[in-house]
Amino acid sequence: MTVQKLPMVKAINESLRHALAADPKVLVMGEDVGRLGGVFRVTDGLQKEFGDERVLDTPLAESGIVGTAIGLALRGYRPVVEIQFDGFVFPAYDQIVTQLAKMRARSLGKVRLPVVIRIPYGGGIGAVEHHSESPEALFAHVAGLKVVTPSNARDAYWMMRQAVGGDDPVIFFEPKRRYWDKDEVDPGATPLPLHRAVVARPGEDLTLAAYGPMVKVCLDAARAAAEEGRSLEVLDLRSLSPLDFDTVQTSVEKTRRLVTVHEAPVFFGAGAEIAARVTERSFYHLEAPVLRVGGYHSPYPPSRLEETYLPDLDRVLDAVDRALAY
Amino acid sequence: MTTGTVQFLNHEGELTSHPDYEAEISPDGLRKLYHDMAWSRRMDAEAVTLQRQGELGLWPSLLGQEAAQIGASHALGAADYVFPSYRDHGIALCRGVDPLDLLRMFRGVTNGGWDPAEKNFHLYTLVIGSQVLHATGYAMGLAKDGAQGAVLTCFGDGATSQGDVSEAFNFAAVYHAPVVFFCQNNQWAISEANERQTRVPLHQRADGFGFPGVRVDGNDVLACLAVTRWALERARSGEGPTLIEAFTYRMGAHTTSDDPLRYRDGEEVAYWNLRDPLARLRTLLEARGWADGAYFDTVAAQCEESALDLRGRLRATPDPDPGDIFAHVHADGHALVDEERARFAAYQATFADAAGRGE
Repeated sequence: MTVQKLPMVKAINESLRHALAADPKVLVMGEDVGRLGGVFRVTDGLQKEFGDERVLDTPLAESGIVGTAIGLALRGYRPVVEIQFDGFVFPAYDQIVTQLAKMRARSLGKVRLPVVIRIPYGGGIGAVEHHSESPEALFAHVAGLKVVTPSNARDAYWMMRQAVGGDDPVIFFEPKRRYWDKDEVDPGATPLPLHRAVVARPGEDLTLAAYGPMVKVCLDAARAAAEEGRSLEVLDLRSLSPLDFDTVQTSVEKTRRLVTVHEAPVFFGAGAEIAARVTERSFYHLEAPVLRVGGYHSPYPPSRLEETYLPDLDRVLDAVDRALAY
Repeated sequence: MTTGTVQFLNHEGELTSHPDYEAEISPDGLRKLYHDMAWSRRMDAEAVTLQRQGELGLWPSLLGQEAAQIGASHALGAADYVFPSYRDHGIALCRGVDPLDLLRMFRGVTNGGWDPAEKNFHLYTLVIGSQVLHATGYAMGLAKDGAQGAVLTCFGDGATSQGDVSEAFNFAAVYHAPVVFFCQNNQWAISEANERQTRVPLHQRADGFGFPGVRVDGNDVLACLAVTRWALERARSGEGPTLIEAFTYRMGAHTTSDDPLRYRDGEEVAYWNLRDPLARLRTLLEARGWADGAYFDTVAAQCEESALDLRGRLRATPDPDPGDIFAHVHADGHALVDEERARFAAYQATFADAAGRGE
């Protein structure tokens, strides 16, 4: 593969293709990932190319998918499993939290569990219930798991390669409303470390910290704010566990103001953790309290209301105004 | 498929035969079975005592299930892999796991305790039924590798109510995985009897998933050995999974925290006491002249010595290093774990400094 402009679905597909070709121990598993190529076509063509011993259509049983992936990992395989939609991960939550996250520590490091769990997540595609949720904080809270989420096709390609190449369980959240956004992917490039946050847009007056689907919203907000003479810095966190606080701290100590943005409910969310850490680390640098923009403390609404529920450019700019007013 | 309960050695110590299964075994083999059952029982009793003395936080006793566990264990080959429940101490001993490693977990020194790959015996899991899926996945891997072995996984009657166990049955059937599901139906899931777990005999569950299910007398070590051997051979030769229901009885409490007097009556316990797995094998060995009183005295003395040795070693077991909290969480490191580890070390060092100044 040469340098190409690819949508995120295709970038992840190429990344999985690379992983399957490079290591015979890599498996792709999940509901409909084989013949159909996944409901979003992320695994399109992989079974045809690598066969049904490498790309497994599984019974419709999320706990079974993750539980057997754990067994396969114990046998030396490197399963990449797909949970079809965010709201369907909960039947597997037990296996992920009580088994996958803890087994290495329980074995005093004797076993490795290189299992990647792909979860298309988040809203904005007009889906029905349980198809638009953002449960990332539930996983980031659990020791033993790594939680990452790309915001663009280039990162999706590289972060998947790195997740599959590592020896730890990784929960890989794919922002489904960015699946069709294109970006340039260069398989010959040198990637950033998997858990490094990046400055997606530099600025001076305030930092917007976001990840996954909200990075684009924040970049749009920063462009709009620039027209009013405000210089916003946008951070793409990329990884929630571990979270790259050094990059956050550097940015906040420069801009002195921070707004966190995610689709998940604000209450007990990733933004709360970031706000608390920033207060600990950079208290005397702050000119304003850390403000949080995110979902409400309600079940994800029916799709006709999701534009109201999801943080948009206006809600981000409203928080920016409030922070700058201090 | 057999619908009755497979039995070779009845509770009066008489040998019978079975048209479908083979239990041929030498007197030496029988004595080895007896020895392993006796040691399991003695080790288990020692652990219960140690818990009562405050050396262990908890202990799930295997008392009454020796035949099921030792019978199944003796069917295993070196290449086979076991995914146990948390009561399978007899199988652990047969796999060569140091009983101290079992006790360390219940003492609170570790949450695991042994290297699973070294003994082909996975860690205990306290979440009911989880391991049955791991076993199935591992068996799928064995089949992919074209490897020789098969997988044996153990669980109780209560676990059959868990979705994971049904999902494992289905995955194993769909992928034709070389796994033997060994259910020790000890009649009670803590205080809940079988009728609160199932409306059909458990071995019949297999029918709906498309593989054989067999009920064996779980207090008959020969039946457990014969049927498990048959099922493992089926698995190894590519014929897929089997469910074995070892119909047995947990003579003691669920764990040392439990009080079975609250939920079951003495008549039931007395009934099963007459079906004791060790007593019937001893009767057979004595009746055939394959072992005498001196032999049983020797076994008892050996078990006593091993139990005392275990007690001494357990009491000498140090607590883990506090820094171990941060060890082994991730294979490739984790910046926040490292940060907390460093902060913890610095905090601990303040105590060391204070102690130093006091001297």
